[in-house]
Amino acid sequence: MKPTPGRWPIALTCVLVVMWLLLNQTLALGHLLIGIVLAVLLAWATRYLRPLQPRISRPWLFVPLLFMVLADIVRSNIGVARIVLGLVGERKVRSGFVRIPLDMRDPHALAVLAGIVTSTPGTVWVGVDEGGKRLTLHVLDLRDESEWVRWIKQRYERLLMRIFE
Amino acid sequence: MNHVDLPLWVTIPGTLLLVFGGLLVLIGSAGLVKLEHFYARMHPPTMGTTLGTGCVLITSMLVSSALEQRPVIHEILITVFVVMSAPVSAMLLMRAAVYREHRKRPEPTQPLDDIGGTIPPRD
Repeated sequence: MKPTPGRWPIALTCVLVVMWLLLNQTLALGHLLIGIVLAVLLAWATRYLRPLQPRISRPWLFVPLLFMVLADIVRSNIGVARIVLGLVGERKVRSGFVRIPLDMRDPHALAVLAGIVTSTPGTVWVGVDEGGKRLTLHVLDLRDESEWVRWIKQRYERLLMRIFE
Repeated sequence: MNHVDLPLWVTIPGTLLLVFGGLLVLIGSAGLVKLEHFYARMHPPTMGTTLGTGCVLITSMLVSSALEQRPVIHEILITVFVVMSAPVSAMLLMRAAVYREHRKRPEPTQPLDDIGGTIPPRD
């Protein structure tokens, strides 16, 4: 079956142009034109590879998301460093799997969540079951399972659903 | 050899960030040796790829911008590529480990989702 092309990926085109200019560290007209030609060609090619396009309804919410992720990365880096250096006192660190029921269905939102969770030291994404209803994570310092469920659902899932749905 | 004088506002934060980033990578690697199980070992090296790399890249931007007398920010691209690629390899490793765990079990048809709440003992 011949795949049907999706609508034109505007965001991808813009990102590719910006990437080209950053790589060449210039804003010269010539490079801008080459970048636009390349971006349009590549975006045209990927339309057939991936017909499913994300629908981003509130793109400005990526800004608070970015700062939230940065804060969490710094905090969990400190947390994992304490565990490795044995600075957690007498407490025995227990790690394990956490199952989190998800309301989010958008594959792009799930991909972003997977990236966030795995980029944060102390949590690794294991997978979602069929239909994407339940997410499995591995957590290094598992004290309270419901705390992790709350953390993912209230902190990230709600925001990602507002961005993507 | 060319001797370049960098201003103090570059050298001091740059040095601190490099030392801090290096420490994070070191602690992350130590965790890889120290922790007992594969699943637990997945976590500490992430420190190096996130905050560790971040510190080094910020230093690179600071020093290059001061040397070239113009803003040098294409290190952001490295961040983007690391953020996009590192989780993929971590997830692949994790899934491979979970599948291997299931193959060792008596009932290999168990779904991936059905793993115990605590990590299995080391063999």
